[in-house]
Amino acid sequence: MGPQHPSTHGVLRVELKLDGEKIIEAEPHIGYLHRCFEKHCEALTYPQIIPYVDRLDYLASMNNEFGFVLAVEKLLKIEIPERVEYIRVITGELQRIASHLVALGTFGLDVGAFTPFLFTFRDREKILNLFEITCGARLLYNYHWVGGVSHDLHPDFLRLTKEFIDYFRPKVEELNGLLSYNKIFIERTANIGVIPVDVAINYGVSGPSLRGSGIKWDIRKNDPYSIYNKFDFDIPVGQGLAGTLGDCWDRYFVRVLEIEQSLRILEQAIAQIPEGDVTSAIPKRVKPNEGISYARVENPKGELGFFIVSKGGVQPMRVKVRAPSFVNLSVFPEIAPGHMVSDVVAILGSLDIVLGEIDR
Amino acid sequence: MKSFEEILELLKSNFSGENDISSSKEGTEDIINVSPSLIKEVSKFLASTEGLEFDSLILLSGVDDENGEKVKQEDESNDITGGTLSVYYHIESVKLVHKLILKVSVERENPVTTSVSSVWGCANWHEREAFDMIGIIFNEHPDLKRILMPYDWEGGYPLRKDYRNPEFYNGMKVPY
Repeated sequence: MGPQHPSTHGVLRVELKLDGEKIIEAEPHIGYLHRCFEKHCEALTYPQIIPYVDRLDYLASMNNEFGFVLAVEKLLKIEIPERVEYIRVITGELQRIASHLVALGTFGLDVGAFTPFLFTFRDREKILNLFEITCGARLLYNYHWVGGVSHDLHPDFLRLTKEFIDYFRPKVEELNGLLSYNKIFIERTANIGVIPVDVAINYGVSGPSLRGSGIKWDIRKNDPYSIYNKFDFDIPVGQGLAGTLGDCWDRYFVRVLEIEQSLRILEQAIAQIPEGDVTSAIPKRVKPNEGISYARVENPKGELGFFIVSKGGVQPMRVKVRAPSFVNLSVFPEIAPGHMVSDVVAILGSLDIVLGEIDR
Repeated sequence: MKSFEEILELLKSNFSGENDISSSKEGTEDIINVSPSLIKEVSKFLASTEGLEFDSLILLSGVDDENGEKVKQEDESNDITGGTLSVYYHIESVKLVHKLILKVSVERENPVTTSVSSVWGCANWHEREAFDMIGIIFNEHPDLKRILMPYDWEGGYPLRKDYRNPEFYNGMKVPY
């Protein structure tokens, strides 16, 4: 299956051993998008790496940048102005909604529901417009910099974001009616691709895929970074409402609920954001001391981590990415056997992988 | 939840060999160094002992330490002999919410260590990547083969500091 199959969300090849329609063994083959990101990093200065980081999980570039600058700031030990932290959280949460919208829309598309895809992409477009007035780019931003952000928010940004939240809240309900509680959709996704709790933890599954199995684990709460401890929000977990706990539908529905929580964080952040200079803490020259640092953030797909080894130069000696999709996909051979071929599509869609960060 | 010192003492008392377990500081991070022959047993111990319960491997990364002897070549690149390659294990307990970093260093000329994929499932792919990129060999790994590079790549291990592009790959010129 693949590498050019429309439901593999990129170029992924899955080798399936079948008995009729039933899967006996599944083995993903990856590396088709390998572009030597980690090797490139060793030849670039820290600020130069940020645009490359955008291209890992290209649906959640803001969150990728967030993680990378945190890792570098940890090495540099610098204080960040409060306004910058708020801007990072606001852009990060908007990006999370955008990424989840793609995940939900394409998941519906994978199992045969075309209309929700159009609806989610219509709303995602509005978020991309917000990013466009912020930094000029719609997908790959280079907005979060080490020590700050490249420039302040557009004067209209907060007003437009508020308008977006008011517009978007009812649309989540619309999506629920259209897809989440759709009988055909539930038939295709409930009881399919169940990840048991112990398997999920043993395989390091993270993000909505882990929470779909019923574990309350979110880096924003369990290992808070930036200013996430200032906000009041819940961590939705799967409850097995449509079938078994930890099935495709649970993973799907956790994302829907997470969108609502992101909206809550956005509202609080917009109400609290202070004035201030956003570029004051940006260092002239990023040259950290010798040492290692690992910083992780809760990406829409799961736990994104950057492991940086510095030997004291302007370039890192080693950058290793803990890509959530990479780890989440590695559980696939464990859960696929026993299902039908058509369920592979549902399982891959519910894991919400992006090949850009799997292959790096 | 145990502190770093307590975990270190616990490991030292259970694995008594000389220089098998030691601690070091790199930057701000505390690290437990483990000898390659012990890593599987240590991992098993950390994962299953009550009060530690490191049930999840966050990240396993292979690193070329670049601490050997360098000889400059004509094309400005370096040949490196001696020194070590390292594997960092970031582990964590979802249940008890604590983290730990382990480090295993192997000789560059004989980069052999033991796989921990029987303890943590996701180590399987991480170890394949470390093998693919740095060339560290994990004994007892169920299926140690390349993962990101093509399966028939014979040009060496790309993330080693003395890596040089091969001239040809399957009869095609590199760089083309």
